[in-house]
Amino acid sequence: MTNQTYIVARATTASKAALVIMVSCVVVLLLVPLTGDRGSMRLIVEICYFLALAQMWNLLAGYAGLLSVGQQAFSGFGGYMLFAFVVYGGLSPLISLPLAGILAGIVSLPVAILMFRLSGPYFAIGTWVTAEVFKLVFFEIPLGGGSGMSLPIQAIRDISPTTEGRELIIYLTALAIAVGSVALVYSMLRSRFGLALTAVRDNERASASVGIDSFRLKLGVFVTVAAFTGMVGALIFLQKLRISPGSAFDVMEWSAGIIFIVVIGGIGRIEGPFVGVAVYFLLRETTANYGAWYMILLGLLAIVIMLFARQGLWGFLAERYRLTVFPIERRVRTVEPVEKAKPSNGISDTAISNLSLPPF
Amino acid sequence: MEWISTLLQGLLLGGVYSLFAIGLSLVFGVMRLVNIAHGDLIVLASFTSYVVVQALGVGPLMSLVIVLPTFFLFGYLVQLLVLNRTLGDDMLPPMIVTFGLSIVIQNALFDVFTADNRKLNLGPIETASFRLGNDIAIGIYPLAVFAIAIATIVALQALFYNTKLGREFRATSDDAEAARMMGINTKRVFAVATGIGMVVIAIAGVLMGVRTTFDPFSGPVRLLFAFEAVIIGGLGSIWGTLFGGIVLGLAQAIGGQIDPQFQIMTGHIVFLVVLLLRPTGFFPKVQH
Repeated sequence: MTNQTYIVARATTASKAALVIMVSCVVVLLLVPLTGDRGSMRLIVEICYFLALAQMWNLLAGYAGLLSVGQQAFSGFGGYMLFAFVVYGGLSPLISLPLAGILAGIVSLPVAILMFRLSGPYFAIGTWVTAEVFKLVFFEIPLGGGSGMSLPIQAIRDISPTTEGRELIIYLTALAIAVGSVALVYSMLRSRFGLALTAVRDNERASASVGIDSFRLKLGVFVTVAAFTGMVGALIFLQKLRISPGSAFDVMEWSAGIIFIVVIGGIGRIEGPFVGVAVYFLLRETTANYGAWYMILLGLLAIVIMLFARQGLWGFLAERYRLTVFPIERRVRTVEPVEKAKPSNGISDTAISNLSLPPF
Repeated sequence: MEWISTLLQGLLLGGVYSLFAIGLSLVFGVMRLVNIAHGDLIVLASFTSYVVVQALGVGPLMSLVIVLPTFFLFGYLVQLLVLNRTLGDDMLPPMIVTFGLSIVIQNALFDVFTADNRKLNLGPIETASFRLGNDIAIGIYPLAVFAIAIATIVALQALFYNTKLGREFRATSDDAEAARMMGINTKRVFAVATGIGMVVIAIAGVLMGVRTTFDPFSGPVRLLFAFEAVIIGGLGSIWGTLFGGIVLGLAQAIGGQIDPQFQIMTGHIVFLVVLLLRPTGFFPKVQH
């Protein structure tokens, strides 16, 4: 037996370069308010929350295998809770934002326990029914009923006395939420938690044999995603200043749109939602004069992707050119001891058995 | 007396819902495919009939002569050219493809017909009814729809158990791999099954279009009702879908009687309760 040392590589040169580019992008985005271009700022806020929602759905569906069509239940619920905290609790909108997220997480727990009885496509439609129930409930309760409600002017002034100031604060919050969503997914997947999640995704039975509790794992992902989605929903309706059951629980905008973004960009890859969001806004902004055509194109593109390149646009590029911006896998390299020459330089069986990761 | 009338209405409404559900159940039974565009295809059938009625000046029932073969062919081709390529262990592709189809249908219909409500017109028979005793009136049209739902189930039952095609359906449903080894062209079997599913969808779409108004975005609600009826009845059981449809119809009618606002909600809640207590539905039988 020779003593070998191992290096677990967790980054590539490309990924380090990409990190630098990402940080510079965020810096540039932080400078946008200086131009005073309010139209661009509003568009960037929108891009931010679509990206955050897409990251969350990707974590849910791409990594935990939970194909939900009912995430609008949590974004809509989060939006409503923000209005409830502000109107009935007298809280400031910015404090209400995380509180709305926490409440969405709590509400998602019973939903998950019920829905986890369904598998595959039945889970998908079951979550959709749940979101419809959420919508019908908000038609009845005294938060504006079917016609909806607006955020009181006093609460809007609470954020900032001027429109410019308010838009700046919402802009920075949106940016923070977008960066936060990526950081959350990235750090989650790089942890032991992410390792267990990938194991379950690749082979649920084999992962159970090494002691991974897939039910608890999926529950954890579902609740985390619901909470974050709820917070994003709160931000969306804080920007819109108005909420109604129809707009809050709209399956087309908050579910279909998000699902297509992830699938087109590349499901099960953190880079996917970035590419998907870019495609979504490119289509939407260029066909703005043709009504609903961007949704038709988006639907057709998703069908074509599923037929010819299931890994999505980013997956297609990444496999071709070996690109990775967010490395979440571990590559094991052996380092040869200097004093002893060894004929083989691959990873031997000993190397694998010596490499022990703590059980999840 | 008012309640008996409500229950009868719920029962008859259940006939419509089971018509919605049969197509979904059939396609799932044969190829384990859940069609998210199901509701939008029902609405597409209503619109197709509407166009035929406008163009040829015939009644909605006569329009079936054109709508039914068109839908069979459409289903056959979509399955053969698109959906067959997506079937496999991974359930994501068929789901996304049918979801994409759903969005395309909705927005294309919206682009052509705008968001206006439409209705198919059958004339005075729509509102005709006969009396049962002094207080209870039964609509002739809803009763006819209920009868058509039962006739459709009987016809499919006969198709499944008494024909060569039905044998191929059942064999493919049980084990597609083995069926292929026995010389069954499963891709064609899938295409024919979807074609037949689309015929049922077209019947449901036209009959429903006479009963209530429709617009380009009424599809998802129809999908959810169909899905709920299938789950309540039990996966894969054709008579189960009739039972599921009736349970859903009764739940909605009773909820609506208490407060019109609760009609849809009661249906959803009964579905969720069934899911909680009997996740496999009442007559589970995945293979036909």
